[in-house]
Amino acid sequence: MATLTTHPDCVPLVSYRFGKGATNIDKYLELDGYKSARKAMELGPDAIIAEMKTSNLRGRGGAGFPTGMKWSFVPKQSAKPKYVLVNGDESEPGTCKDRLIFEHDPHAVIEGVIIAALAIQAKMGFIYLRGEYRYLIEIMEKAVADAYARGFLGKKIFGSDFDLDVVVQTGAGAYEVGEESALMESLEGKRGIPRIRPPFPAVVGLYGGPTIINNAETIATVPHIFRIGAAEYAKLGTERNGGTRLFCLSGHLVRPGVYELPMGYNLKKMIYEVGGGIPNGKKLKAVVPGGSSTPVLTADEIDIGMDFDQVGKAGSMLGSGGVVVLDETVCMVEFALRTMKFYQHESCGWCIPCREGTDWLKKSLTRLHAGGGVDKDIDNIRYLAENMLGRTFCPLGDAAAMPTIAFVKKFRKEFEDHLEGRGCPKHRAAEPEPALV
Amino acid sequence: MASPAQPGTIFSPALAARFDRLVTLYPVRRSALVPMLLYAQDEIGYVSDAVVAEVAARIGITELDVRNVVSYYSLLKTRPAGKYHVQVCTNISCMLRGGNEILDHCKKKLGIPNKGVTPDGVFSLEEVECIGACSWAPAAQVNYAFHENLTPESMDQVLSDYRAKAPNGEGK
Ligand SMILES: Cc1cc2nc3c(=O)[nH]c(=O)nc-3n(C[C@H](O)[C@H](O)[C@H](O)COP(=O)(O)O)c2cc1C
Ligand code: FES
Repeated sequence: MATLTTHPDCVPLVSYRFGKGATNIDKYLELDGYKSARKAMELGPDAIIAEMKTSNLRGRGGAGFPTGMKWSFVPKQSAKPKYVLVNGDESEPGTCKDRLIFEHDPHAVIEGVIIAALAIQAKMGFIYLRGEYRYLIEIMEKAVADAYARGFLGKKIFGSDFDLDVVVQTGAGAYEVGEESALMESLEGKRGIPRIRPPFPAVVGLYGGPTIINNAETIATVPHIFRIGAAEYAKLGTERNGGTRLFCLSGHLVRPGVYELPMGYNLKKMIYEVGGGIPNGKKLKAVVPGGSSTPVLTADEIDIGMDFDQVGKAGSMLGSGGVVVLDETVCMVEFALRTMKFYQHESCGWCIPCREGTDWLKKSLTRLHAGGGVDKDIDNIRYLAENMLGRTFCPLGDAAAMPTIAFVKKFRKEFEDHLEGRGCPKHRAAEPEPALV
Repeated sequence: MASPAQPGTIFSPALAARFDRLVTLYPVRRSALVPMLLYAQDEIGYVSDAVVAEVAARIGITELDVRNVVSYYSLLKTRPAGKYHVQVCTNISCMLRGGNEILDHCKKKLGIPNKGVTPDGVFSLEEVECIGACSWAPAAQVNYAFHENLTPESMDQVLSDYRAKAPNGEGK
């Protein structure tokens, strides 16, 4: 059981039904459930999209793309069927929020799919969860079956002329499959290899049909926008960054946890007040503000509002909402190495700059961390990372390169301290291992 | 398209029925491939040659198509793991809160390296990437069950609880 953590500054909007037994469809209905879908049905596609634009909701999967605008790109007329695809692959290190939504409020995801489907006139939706989330797949499947039984899904939903089928899909372990085009490949029963864009999924997506792909939190937020009103929702956040979001606080904090806070909430307050500060009297060293792909911020760069624009201005990204806090004891080379090990492991191997780049970066960082590095290694690491940027089908290459560049740039002294035999005492040498694959 | 006839299926009736339904849900049968492989692995223990053959036949694609997909996904295994597959996260949030120490502790307790299987087949161990429990780090999954906020002591308890659950004669 994963649970939400609260603080007086929290605003329970997406988490409004958490811990209230809303996996039960009757409870969900009691708590204003499926009212938003009925409202949306009366509004019709154009008005739904207009509301979504007013809400200033931006995608919670990482890139922060305005959701209303994304939906508006779907052509009205299409020879091929249209689809709604919910991204619940949740694999960005530092991120553990979609899990809470599936666990506590699965019908909000379904209701969000209904509204999205009404907006683009799709007849089918998919909810894709990472394979590790088996217990959540069961919760989601039960919720979908209950929604069918009540006539909220299937033929003529809510007694209208609109048909909508929803399928819950499981993945089987792959970070890359969270990338939208690889996600579609996986759902088509293939290796999760990205597709070149354009065309964008809104035009040519799943099975070649126009598709909107949204993060699970984005979709679960939609019914709440219609519940409280788009303008009210927008007001909770900052300019162009509507509403609230589930922030996942992890690492060296007294009170790590997932908290729902308004967009634009100050990062310093988030760490010291919401998260309770750094344990054991240690000092803060750095913060990774939005999942492992986002460039690190130093301790004196954290007096910023946590919305897409302000974090962007500070040279990083709000990303997936995973705020990872590092105290003064952390070896930044070790942290950079662990981050790179992840990307090297997860690169799908399709694009050479990413496949080779992550492998060489891992090798260089390993050598440096172990004390075998030479002066030139530090510049080479940065040069290699900079040359991966923008040279791949999907942004996994960028996701590996961007944090690496920031680690080297902001903590260069620590990298230098590892040179020429002065390896880190914490270095864990690789050991031979049997192949269990 | 009707499901191809299945003389001598290796799957239980429940799993076979699940597959029969699964393939009808999507615009193309092949979309059922990844879930089918995972559900089959859950029942059989790993993606054996027989699983590959039967899944290929049920979907109507080649065994090579199936193997190409199997090799991509990290949860799919082509060799038997232990009855309880212990997956310890050492990614960033877990690393900061002792994930490596939990992994080392498991290696010592179980007497196996990363990706090893105990001789009695009860446990296997794997270092894994983020499992979505970062705020409750360090974390591990045993099969699909999450174990969070771990300490070496609580990890011991987790392991001994599973050992006690193993059928008689195993894991002693
Ligand atoms: C390597 C990689 C992994 C990603 N993983 C996820 C993921 O697990 N969940 C997610 O919602 N988005 C993930 N994304 C972002 C998606 O590509 C996509 O932008 C997002 O699902 C769109 O939804 P949104 O507009 O609601 O944010 C990932 C992107 C990349 C490049
Ligand atoms: S980093 Fe270990 S669960 Fe996310």
